[in-house]
Amino acid sequence: MKDAFGTPQSLLVLGGTSEIGLATARRLITRRTRTVWLAGRPSPALETAAEGLRRIGADVRTVAFDALDPGSHEETLGKVFAEGDIDMVLLAFGVLGDQTADEAEPLAAVRVAQTNYTGAVSAGLICGTALQTQGHGSLVVLSSVAGERARRANFIYGSSKAGLDAFTQGLGDALHGTGVHVMVVRPGFVRSKMTAGREETPLATTPEAVALAIETGLRRRSETVWVPGALRLVMAGLRHVPRPLFRRLPV
Amino acid sequence: MSADTDSAPAPRAPSLPDGPAAEPDAGPAVESARGAAGSGSAATDDTSADTGQVDTRPANARRSGTEQADPEYAEYAEYADDGYADSIRSVTGWGRTAPTTARLIRPLSYEEAAEAVVACGAQGARGGIARGLGRAYGDAAQSAGGAVIDMTGLDRIHAVDADAGVVLCDAGVSLHRLMEVLLPLGWFVPVTPGTRYVTVGGAIGADIHGKNHHGSGSFSRHVRSLELLTADGVIRTVERGTPLFDATAGGMGLTGVILTASLRLQPVETSLMLVDTERATDLDDLMARLTAGDHRYRYSVAWIDLLARGAAMGRSVLTRGDHAPLDALPRRARRRPLAFRTVRLPAPPPFVPEGLLGRTTVGLFNEVWYRKAPVARTGELQKIPAFFHPLDGVPHWNRVYGRSGFVQYQFAVGHGNEEALRDIVELISRRRCPSFLAVLKRFGEGDPGWLSFPVPGWTLALDIPARLPGLGAFLDELDGRVAEAGGRVYLAKDSRLRPELLEAMYPRLADFRALRAELDPRSVFTSDLSRRLAL
Repeated sequence: MKDAFGTPQSLLVLGGTSEIGLATARRLITRRTRTVWLAGRPSPALETAAEGLRRIGADVRTVAFDALDPGSHEETLGKVFAEGDIDMVLLAFGVLGDQTADEAEPLAAVRVAQTNYTGAVSAGLICGTALQTQGHGSLVVLSSVAGERARRANFIYGSSKAGLDAFTQGLGDALHGTGVHVMVVRPGFVRSKMTAGREETPLATTPEAVALAIETGLRRRSETVWVPGALRLVMAGLRHVPRPLFRRLPV
Repeated sequence: MSADTDSAPAPRAPSLPDGPAAEPDAGPAVESARGAAGSGSAATDDTSADTGQVDTRPANARRSGTEQADPEYAEYAEYADDGYADSIRSVTGWGRTAPTTARLIRPLSYEEAAEAVVACGAQGARGGIARGLGRAYGDAAQSAGGAVIDMTGLDRIHAVDADAGVVLCDAGVSLHRLMEVLLPLGWFVPVTPGTRYVTVGGAIGADIHGKNHHGSGSFSRHVRSLELLTADGVIRTVERGTPLFDATAGGMGLTGVILTASLRLQPVETSLMLVDTERATDLDDLMARLTAGDHRYRYSVAWIDLLARGAAMGRSVLTRGDHAPLDALPRRARRRPLAFRTVRLPAPPPFVPEGLLGRTTVGLFNEVWYRKAPVARTGELQKIPAFFHPLDGVPHWNRVYGRSGFVQYQFAVGHGNEEALRDIVELISRRRCPSFLAVLKRFGEGDPGWLSFPVPGWTLALDIPARLPGLGAFLDELDGRVAEAGGRVYLAKDSRLRPELLEAMYPRLADFRALRAELDPRSVFTSDLSRRLAL
């Protein structure tokens, strides 16, 4: 069960090698979280991640999960929920893709969309239903500031996150009043292995900062969290910039 | 289990009178009490004392099955009312943190209660828990994805023995209702917490204490016997001194649903309190005064300013008193010495902005509260609500903490661990926790309930807004200090304890778990508290 500050005792991370996912798990383990499920494609990296969390005192289990195989989600996730209540699901999987290459290779672009959006639709719905049956729990979905307005520089990734973001908001409304809390997290540029070698945009942040923002959002039962918080204001402005101008902005 | 004096296989109504004119069989407890000679001297109102039978059921249509018939119900019961359809409701404790959703069942008869328990244990069901008026601060009376059995529909006072001072009533009766009925007969509830809006069942389940703990112990000490609906659908009569009684008193509803209880009452001559007030300049002064003087008063409590720092740390206002004897009343009041009237102000609106109770507002309040108290005043006459339940005058006062709610932190440490208490008060004062309802008390002898909270020593309770950043880690630190000193936190108020510390705090936890495993192997009775702490 979550405590009075929204901190979960059991956590399921979809995308078990995600740096933000692991930073969040570490942060929550120092508070109340004792049981962690890391769901991801079986790999040495997944086992290393599990070992890392075990060392700081959590009971960690891994489960094979492939975002690109929605057909298997029901069975995989059903097994996890059958083992006991999950207080929080963190949907943290996603790929950035390579915009230039993906534009030339539509199938690669589709893969980005299928991972970030289609995979999340199936996993999100399954977890939402399971949480509703439990009568409690949080579904935290990592969206992105890139989903707020499509940019020339990464519109394939951005559009997949836009879809995910809209889906999550709708799911949150659908689950309102059922005891399930759905929270959209919109980080800006996060310094991680996913973005290594890329040029930073202003207001860049870190996985640890995102983890802190998630903990605060759980305490406040927020529906939307921006990391850093200033992005909320910046994006409120940028959203309304006319396209001919927006196109030329160096963002 | 030696407690089982009844093993009827099917649910049935207890052998209690069922209507206003029911014949004297008021259950074995009351019968024997009436036989006890020499204890009837305190009954002051002869006209009503001689019948010994009072049925106080309000004449409304509660038995018709329509739930909305009772306006009091809507006012006292506390749910996160989100307008969600039918009986699926979002439920929180009084602190309004950690809402979860459950099916709300409101039985109006013992049979319906038994049906509800059977439903809780059905295949695929997630269990359930009984709930009274929702005054437990944390998650003790909620059960995510399961059922919450609202017992306030079972609220009959079956019989009052006005000679011996014994009442037999349903578990859903509130202490408020008991006071309304019993005071005119010259009797008062044996123990009352800071609110009258708790049910008898809740009072036993949490084994509540009051300002008279140093002399009278906790609520269960005054319970002669109770009837418990257990997971198998059987109603058992549970007598004092049996393991099942000790597991149930303070057992947070996890042994079963309490249906009825027979209570011993406190005789009073008037409905007024004779109160002495004094100020203590700091914590040491306060503890010295409490230690030196508590035995002279039936009721004793200290309000403590936890925002005061330095030399003023722990400055407080002490109020102590007893029920006023008839001759202490002015002549006019003597005509109706047992009148009990309460006033309720309008409730705060459902949505209050966050952060209303910050350091500045609470600091100001504390300053005014301390200065306004007399340095010393003796023999002041106060009404029962003013002395015992000042906050009951404002329905839904918990809303002033805003959407994220508040936590109440209450712990106890034994005598000889005053140093730990001092440390904790200092930590709180240094941390500048905005708490305007901090209360310090001295506990007397504990009672045998396995998970009963009071231990002989000291207890401090404080409210803190849950939105305060870093509060979780800070309270964890205090828990550590409490556990180190052999103390414990109060489960009826808890919403955040680390499960690892529970065993150290409650040494009889293993017995409790063993009895529960035997009595309720499928965990038909499950609450968010029991899941969170693996009770």
